[in-house]
Amino acid sequence: MVIKRREFLQAGSLATVSLMVPKFLKAFEARNMVPSGNKVLVILQLSGGNDGLNTVIPYRNDIYYKSRPKLGIEKSKILSLSDEAGLHPALTGFKELYDDGSMAIMNSVGYPNPDRSHFRSMDIWHTGSESKEYWTTGWLGRYLDAQCKGCDKPTYALELDDTLSLAMKGEEAKAIAMKDPKRLFGTANQRFFKDVMQQHKDEPGEQPVDYLYKTLSETVSSADYIFEKSKFHPSKEDYPKTELGQNLKTIASLIFSDINTKVYYVSHGSFDTHVNQQMQQQRLFTEMNDAVKSFTKDLKDNGRFDDVLLMTFSEFGRRVSQNASGGTDHGTANNMFLIGGGVKEKGLINPMPDLSDLDEGDLKYKVDFKNVYATVLKNWLAADDMAILKKKYDYLKFV
Amino acid sequence: MSLANQLKNQHLMWRAGFGPAVEQLADLPDISSKQLYKALQKASSRKPEYIDVADDFLKGLWAGIDEVGRQEKIKDMKEEDRKKIQQKQRESVRSLNLNWLNVFINTDAQLREKMAFFWHGHFACRNLNVFYQQGLLDVIRRNALGSFRDMLHEVSKSAAMLNFLNNQQNRKDHPNENFAREVMELFTLGRGNYTENDIKEAARAFTGWSSDLKGQFVFRRFQHDFGTKTVLGKTGDYDGDEVLDILLSQKQTAKFITQKVYKFFVNENVDEEKVNWLADRFYQSTYDISKLMEDIFTSDWFYDEKNIGSKIKSPIELMAGIQRMLPMKLENEEALTFLQRALGQMLFYPPNVAGWPGGKTWIDSSSLMLRMRIPQLINDVDELNVKVKDDDDQMMGRKTPEDGMKPMGYGKRSVIRATIDWKEYIGHFEKVQKEQLIGSLASNLLQTKSGVSSELIKQYADVGSKESFIKTATLQLMSTPEYQLC
Repeated sequence: MVIKRREFLQAGSLATVSLMVPKFLKAFEARNMVPSGNKVLVILQLSGGNDGLNTVIPYRNDIYYKSRPKLGIEKSKILSLSDEAGLHPALTGFKELYDDGSMAIMNSVGYPNPDRSHFRSMDIWHTGSESKEYWTTGWLGRYLDAQCKGCDKPTYALELDDTLSLAMKGEEAKAIAMKDPKRLFGTANQRFFKDVMQQHKDEPGEQPVDYLYKTLSETVSSADYIFEKSKFHPSKEDYPKTELGQNLKTIASLIFSDINTKVYYVSHGSFDTHVNQQMQQQRLFTEMNDAVKSFTKDLKDNGRFDDVLLMTFSEFGRRVSQNASGGTDHGTANNMFLIGGGVKEKGLINPMPDLSDLDEGDLKYKVDFKNVYATVLKNWLAADDMAILKKKYDYLKFV
Repeated sequence: MSLANQLKNQHLMWRAGFGPAVEQLADLPDISSKQLYKALQKASSRKPEYIDVADDFLKGLWAGIDEVGRQEKIKDMKEEDRKKIQQKQRESVRSLNLNWLNVFINTDAQLREKMAFFWHGHFACRNLNVFYQQGLLDVIRRNALGSFRDMLHEVSKSAAMLNFLNNQQNRKDHPNENFAREVMELFTLGRGNYTENDIKEAARAFTGWSSDLKGQFVFRRFQHDFGTKTVLGKTGDYDGDEVLDILLSQKQTAKFITQKVYKFFVNENVDEEKVNWLADRFYQSTYDISKLMEDIFTSDWFYDEKNIGSKIKSPIELMAGIQRMLPMKLENEEALTFLQRALGQMLFYPPNVAGWPGGKTWIDSSSLMLRMRIPQLINDVDELNVKVKDDDDQMMGRKTPEDGMKPMGYGKRSVIRATIDWKEYIGHFEKVQKEQLIGSLASNLLQTKSGVSSELIKQYADVGSKESFIKTATLQLMSTPEYQLC
């Protein structure tokens, strides 16, 4: 059934799908829910370099407290996960997810020859390149390239923002970025753009302007499509009124519809805590915790928790030692959260970072993030990871 | 003379400059492209003025560096002083950005500045020190049409680049290969034309290349590796300058640069034969950039139909082009840096050392929609309700971004507040018959073969008066996919 539905979507163009919406809606209203099985990936980017050591805290490690006399988080406040590790006090919802076995924590994720500049390191995470290579396409963009060659549905991947991240840009296909399905591109001139699109006639042979008209028509049809779908089964859950909360609510509403979107991308930050880290991280974590809590509850209540994998990452972690301004400076390896009913390995799935074996004051990476990407692409999205990452990376076991 | 001639001249102005200016409209149909190019060359031959926008507070500090020496390093400063310096630096880099953009719009030396804009992407560099940035910009503008050899040597010794590519950390006992790698991969040979060993050896030659706090090049003898190196098959006890000359002696460098120039100025789709011909001559001229550009812009093939209107304007080209045709005063200049960021091309903030990839990468659904909205935003009938992504390298851990970085205009109207000076533009179309008006406007604004339906433009234009018709039709024409191309 699932496969059939997807085939149908693939066969019809967006235009025909949206023409058929009334009938479509009816069919699903009767059953009320989309059948499960449609796997979705949600990426939560922690922009600015989140301090991983104050996220998953090695609270039995003396080096941790010695390196952070001011910033080290008191043992009594830590949400204990195991004998050696605990979560930041604000992450109560994450602790619950950990306890009910729907979260995996991967420590020491990074890459060889780490770069400590935000934009460069973010580039590396977004493109999936080695640190000495400069790629101009993103890993999820190339997923789009591979997944829908010649298809007219860039809604396969959506970013909840006004501008599109490099991660979401492929060679040919690019994802859609939008903040609010109701005002997709927020323009007063929308009618003109639709008319411009309609008056365009293809000239013989490939013209440079074709690419622009193709993008324009995909944009307009995706806008309509997303808007339709967002109304189909809107989330009834109470989300926090934060930006992240509202973005996750939009994502949930779309997941509950029969939209063809496989990947959602959303960012939260800035975690660049050179000064006054404690306050800033506390605030950002509280927002993140409350939003993710509502989101996972919503998914569970609607029977879709098993189909969604929520993955967090940050462009780098931070120095082991605190700095003189109540903060931390740019570091290297970091942890990732992998959340969902379909996560196969649970809890702390690899050792905590070794604080006695540092590289000039920074953690050494143990897991290359590209292995995580390969695993997600292959085992979760059933995609050709080698084509997308341009290399064979061993799979991990978390999904 | 003819429409065809006008189109060719507009093509030249878009490629060898930032688009035709309103005051050129009367001449473009009649002058020959050769004459026009001569005029561009002449206007571009003067030495450019150094752009100095650094804040007075910073200049005071800068002047004091000699006396205080290295005693008072930024590290030892008080937190608030350090913050103030960083903030002033950021503001100064932003005014450097706006000042240079203004030069693009207003200068007659279009060819030189367009060339400098190209080198700005080629020698891509991020640096928060405004004095370093100004210095590098000056190197690029002075040499933009000069010798690529001189420019390469000067850029390689600039404080901005040495710092950006970590060459201060490149020491005899602890070499850092970053600088050597980028010089080979991105500045001269291109990927695949050297080995990892060449990089290791070249890095040794660059050891000890550094700059003092004032941004002057310094050769630190005690950090330099004076031993024998083998680079690209040549062996000797080379220093950095000699390695750069070895790279220049490779014909591949001429080929690599020419290919990039061709893609930027002529067509994304490279014509191998033309590039080889150009590269040979570039190499024989010992890297005379002016000659290379003359070879391109005076050739017949540059004006081939397939090259006209085939390039997607970069955000800077798009914004400068609109302002050259429609001179305007902006009450809120920050809107210009905001748009640069939202559209993915902010001067002095290239995405990485490889520069802006260009071409189709400029276009995705959000960027295309925003690009097509710019004319309406300028005209205050649309609101700028877009938020750009954080740039943590620019914000340096501040909690809230400053002016121009924060989301603009959520709920507020008319944030750009532009006053367009329409007089000369409208005057140019005074004598055009009403029926021909849209066609005439379109022929001045669009470079593509297929146009936009006149009926449609008419439908959206304000027919109240001829003047308002010209204004609104022009803005609608600028809001089309066709206008994104040049």
